[in-house]
Amino acid sequence: MEKFTVHTGRAVPLRYSNVDTDQIIPAVYLKRVSRTGFEDGLFAAWRANDPEFVLNKPEFEGGTVLIAGSDFGTGSSREHAVWALQDYGFKAVLAPRYADIFRGNSLKGGLLTVVLDEQVIERLWDMVEADPATEVTVDLERREVRAPGIAESFELDDYTRWRLREGLDDIALTLRHTEEIDAFEARRASWSPVTQ
Amino acid sequence: MARTMAEKVWAEHVVRRAEGEPDLLYIDLHLVHEVTSPQAFEGLRLANRPVRRPDLTIATEDHNVPTENILAPIADPVSRTQIDTLRKNCSDFGVRLHPMGDIDQGIVHVVGPQLGLTQPGMTVVCGDSHTSTHGAFGALAFGIGTSQVEHVLATQTLPMTPFKTMAVTVNGSLNEGVTAKDIILAVIARIGTGGGQGYVIEYRGEAIRELSMEARMTVCNMSIEAGARAGMIAPDDTTFAYIKGRPHAPQGADWDAAVAHWQSLGTDDGAAYDHEVVIDAADLSPFVTWGTNPGQGVALDGAVPAPEDFASPAQRASTEKALAYMGLQAGTPMRDIRVDTVFLGSCTNGRIEDLRAAAEVIKGRKVADDVRMLVVPGSMRVKEQAADEGLDAVFRAAGAEWREAGCSMCLGMNPDQLKPGERSASTSNRNFEGRQGKGGRTHLVSPLVAAATAVRGTLSSPADL
Repeated sequence: MEKFTVHTGRAVPLRYSNVDTDQIIPAVYLKRVSRTGFEDGLFAAWRANDPEFVLNKPEFEGGTVLIAGSDFGTGSSREHAVWALQDYGFKAVLAPRYADIFRGNSLKGGLLTVVLDEQVIERLWDMVEADPATEVTVDLERREVRAPGIAESFELDDYTRWRLREGLDDIALTLRHTEEIDAFEARRASWSPVTQ
Repeated sequence: MARTMAEKVWAEHVVRRAEGEPDLLYIDLHLVHEVTSPQAFEGLRLANRPVRRPDLTIATEDHNVPTENILAPIADPVSRTQIDTLRKNCSDFGVRLHPMGDIDQGIVHVVGPQLGLTQPGMTVVCGDSHTSTHGAFGALAFGIGTSQVEHVLATQTLPMTPFKTMAVTVNGSLNEGVTAKDIILAVIARIGTGGGQGYVIEYRGEAIRELSMEARMTVCNMSIEAGARAGMIAPDDTTFAYIKGRPHAPQGADWDAAVAHWQSLGTDDGAAYDHEVVIDAADLSPFVTWGTNPGQGVALDGAVPAPEDFASPAQRASTEKALAYMGLQAGTPMRDIRVDTVFLGSCTNGRIEDLRAAAEVIKGRKVADDVRMLVVPGSMRVKEQAADEGLDAVFRAAGAEWREAGCSMCLGMNPDQLKPGERSASTSNRNFEGRQGKGGRTHLVSPLVAAATAVRGTLSSPADL
């Protein structure tokens, strides 16, 4: 996993709330067995059908910070949603609230999902729409989002922050505790079901 | 100290707890399907890691399954590759797989319970958000992403931060014609698609206690549509009777020990929830969705709402967008909405009781001329049982299509899809834009409403027939 410390880039304002993972990447793109190359599936239906959709506007091309409405990433657990955002070039998402599974997936995979107040999101939307060249900084070191005239701190637990900054693989971390897993298994009820 | 069921099950599975870190939680059962697992197995290969507990892992094929000609090679080469990849992965890593053509193949959330693998007090995960289904047994069951699938395969654990707890209490008894699906659609409309975020919901109260095991699975299944990772119902005699005698149920002295333990799992008197919602069963009636998320629902007796019916600007905007996508006018009575397709199936409503309930309505009647009805059993066992009971003949005689087991029209990953602009009444769980096929329009309904709608061609309840 790539380390995340501080990222500065242009932003893409997505003025929708309740964006489900079926919109982020439709099911038809989930048939692949690879781990990369999902950028073509990102918001595929909206990109194909709506010329006014924000990712179809040349002025927002190359944006790396997605600014979305509340309840971003609801629905299906597909981690492909995170991969599609990353493959397209996004490094961070800012929104007032996320669906739990999506948030978990994003923080596992190094896509920093930041929770900001609805009013701050509104101000960022207005600012970025007025000037698409506006740069937004997402600073994990200081847990702060900055843009011209805005410096908003955000919350993220120390453990997750440490993992993201170090780019650490969760599995390797857990495997350090194999003895504790062995001990737990030794005390499981004998009637616990097995599949084979 | 008095504890909730979710807290008890959590505590029993903590492998390691350390200050400033998430708990390391043991996973009792890992369900696997073809869509969210390929990259996880690939990760194991790259790191040269084995599956730690193949004996706590089971796989089935469901999302890509063509429900016609199930034994023929899949025509879509990309779907076929995904299925072949699962087969190779299961073979290479020693995981039990029920492939197409096997009598135990079916939707992963139908297969686990019917084999008796889902039991009270367990932790159950799957790379699928509808894993919440298994909470109907008093298990802590939740969907995970592919990174976590790999983590469970490698370690049989997950680092997790505890959920908050919410009680949804449904007092009193349901009226005739009102089902588990109507309960959960009403709950989602009440608390919203984000209302359960961060929570595990425990469903309780008389109306929940009176539900069969299969109906309880319908309720817990759609917890995720309220934003909750997991839903749970305390195990009771209904639960034990369902599990007893199934292939993986404990036997003899083990059964007694297991039941004694399971009986200790219910929430203690006086335990506090972080949030409580109370619903009166008498207020519930057949419920259907009008919009493009599962919270956009209304009683079948009601009408399509207008954007100005909502207080917040965000809700007004999303209502406007939903009405445009759905091709609906505000104020239209729900019963006037005409459908092209009726889909009976999915992990929400593809079990034997769902098929029985719909067959009872449709028996001796005909599917309306301009309507196509797909009946898709949730598993091959369900299909077999339905055939033994003659339900297949009832559906066929009515003009419905009787299919093989799979996820089918719940999501657009297999040949069963809506065409652009087509409208369905569907017993599945999501009415998102394009969910059932590009440009398709979905109304979520119960099996009873699905059957009555198939006959009349417009959204209907059996009472309308």
